[in-house]
Amino acid sequence: MIARLLSVIALLAVAPALWAAGAIEGEVQRQPLNVSAIVMFIAFVGATMCITYWASKRNTSTSDFYTAGGSISGFQNGLAIAGDYMSAASFLGISALVFSSGYDGLIYSIGFLVGWPVILFLIAERLRNLGKYTFADVASYRLKQKEIRTLSACGSLVVVAFYLIAQMVGAGKLIQLLFGLDYNVAVVMVGILMVMYVLFGGMLATTWVQIIKAVLLLSGATFMAVMVMKHVNFDFGTLFSEAVKVHAKGEAIMSPGGLVKDPVSAISLGLALMFGTAGLPHILMRFFTVSDAKEARKSVFFATGFIGYFYVLTFIIGFGAILLVSTNPMFKDASGALLGGNNMAAVHLANAVGGSMFLGFISAVAFATILAVVAGLTLAGASAVSHDLYASVWKKGKANEKDELRVSKITTVALGVLAIGLGILFEKQNIAFMVGLAFSIAASCNFPVLFLSMYWKNLTTRGAMLGGWLGLVTAVTLMILGPTVWVQVLGHAEAIFPYEYPALFSMAIAFVGIWFFSITDKSNSAVDERARFLPQFVRSQTGFGASGAVAH
Amino acid sequence: MNDSIYRRIEQNPRFKELVSKRERFAWILSAIMLGLYLAFILLIAFVPEWLGVRISPESTTTWGIPLGLGLIVSAFVLTGVYVYRANGEFDDLNQLILDEVQQ
Repeated sequence: MIARLLSVIALLAVAPALWAAGAIEGEVQRQPLNVSAIVMFIAFVGATMCITYWASKRNTSTSDFYTAGGSISGFQNGLAIAGDYMSAASFLGISALVFSSGYDGLIYSIGFLVGWPVILFLIAERLRNLGKYTFADVASYRLKQKEIRTLSACGSLVVVAFYLIAQMVGAGKLIQLLFGLDYNVAVVMVGILMVMYVLFGGMLATTWVQIIKAVLLLSGATFMAVMVMKHVNFDFGTLFSEAVKVHAKGEAIMSPGGLVKDPVSAISLGLALMFGTAGLPHILMRFFTVSDAKEARKSVFFATGFIGYFYVLTFIIGFGAILLVSTNPMFKDASGALLGGNNMAAVHLANAVGGSMFLGFISAVAFATILAVVAGLTLAGASAVSHDLYASVWKKGKANEKDELRVSKITTVALGVLAIGLGILFEKQNIAFMVGLAFSIAASCNFPVLFLSMYWKNLTTRGAMLGGWLGLVTAVTLMILGPTVWVQVLGHAEAIFPYEYPALFSMAIAFVGIWFFSITDKSNSAVDERARFLPQFVRSQTGFGASGAVAH
Repeated sequence: MNDSIYRRIEQNPRFKELVSKRERFAWILSAIMLGLYLAFILLIAFVPEWLGVRISPESTTTWGIPLGLGLIVSAFVLTGVYVYRANGEFDDLNQLILDEVQQ
């Protein structure tokens, strides 16, 4: 029984790997040049460049650059957050999973959704009430600026770097697959476009690119789902019974299957995902783009709705692919496997229900998705350097706005060059572990410090520092010593640390470390820091004194 | 100056009421969400065949489908419930507190 339970948890927790790597893992075959996809993609780039130009005229202050001046509405921000969550890999990967094993795909997607309500209930409004530009504003609110900002900025940059590499390599491979373009050309193109969005348009353009992409992806997926349902006369019963008839696994696709994996790794990765989401700098910064806590709450409400709707669509699309793609020899090779692999199920379905024009549209949307996500990551990295490291640590909060803005723009360009370089360097590497590592670090360093700074009165700088760094270092060290890096990347025979994902251990070490070094901290500054919890608590609850708040 | 205002807010009985109500509400909803999810996992773990039972003998649709979709819908509904109460009742109370201390 217990083993069975563990294997189920394993199944749920393996999902992130699929989500993260999904369409992008392994060797891909370059496809013939897809002209209609390229034309539509150029249209997308043209439209987003117009938006960037429009945004650049309003992009004059640091507040504009980091948070679009707090001008984004809850609904728009909900779309943008959903956009960050609906990556190309999750669209292609989850529909592929439904295509190959049916019901399991639904179980996976549910695992990703349930973290969102909890973020709303426990984190979103306190974050909005306390923060200004970055989550480090919140973590360092009553603690020593220099130490905590350095820690948070390092945590952010490491997370952004790993995430960016994974996205860049994924972009290169996806574009090879969908457009038939050369890998290096694709990576350089993504790098240049993302720098232009962020550099000229700041958060306003970055958010609008994400919103447009979310709308395109949701409409495209809706169209596909409706076409599938039309095929079965809008009757779910027919959809399922037809699918069962043609699927190799038969009726098994209508109930939980089961992937068994080492349960500790799996639970560990599950933890990393749930709490990692609440520690990802590019997700957290979206809460500062709205005017107040009211709008922040609305954003999570809309985001949860859009993400949930998207998962229902991918479920229908997966079943549609069983019906319309797996039965059509046009989409298969000689051995009966899907052309380009199972991850292409949704793309082939687009062709089956909408012809080559619609195929081009879906391919272009998949590419747009990557662009939107990397732009957000770049902005999060740039604000960690310019706002946290430059303005708060180096200039001790006395930097003038013009200099801070200049530093953030220089950082944006540097991050773009770095992303292109790393993308090319890591082309042949196994990068599947990188998103998992990014989530583990976010859950073991950023999240504990942020969460306890808002909820635990006795937190002190010493505790947050030592515990946070312990979490960060443990997560990275265990990852290097674990099977994914030690064996698969470095080529040793056996891993020193047996589990794939370290979050279970590194989170525990971070929390215990923060707790222990805080309660044993008897210094005078610790007394001050505990005393400052009261005003922080009042502000986090009421929004009194919050930047951009309308409560007066 | 802000410090004394914060202290006054903190001593306001309405503030204590707001905090205890909202905190309790948030934790209850979190518990419901995690509880539903946990129940779903336990179901898959111990009686996966239940989820594979057909809703009616002539239908291929299994109980797992409405349950899974129900979980997605419940996540949306729970966030909606929280936002409705927080943006209405709680924010009104909050505004009242802020108005009082700023008189």
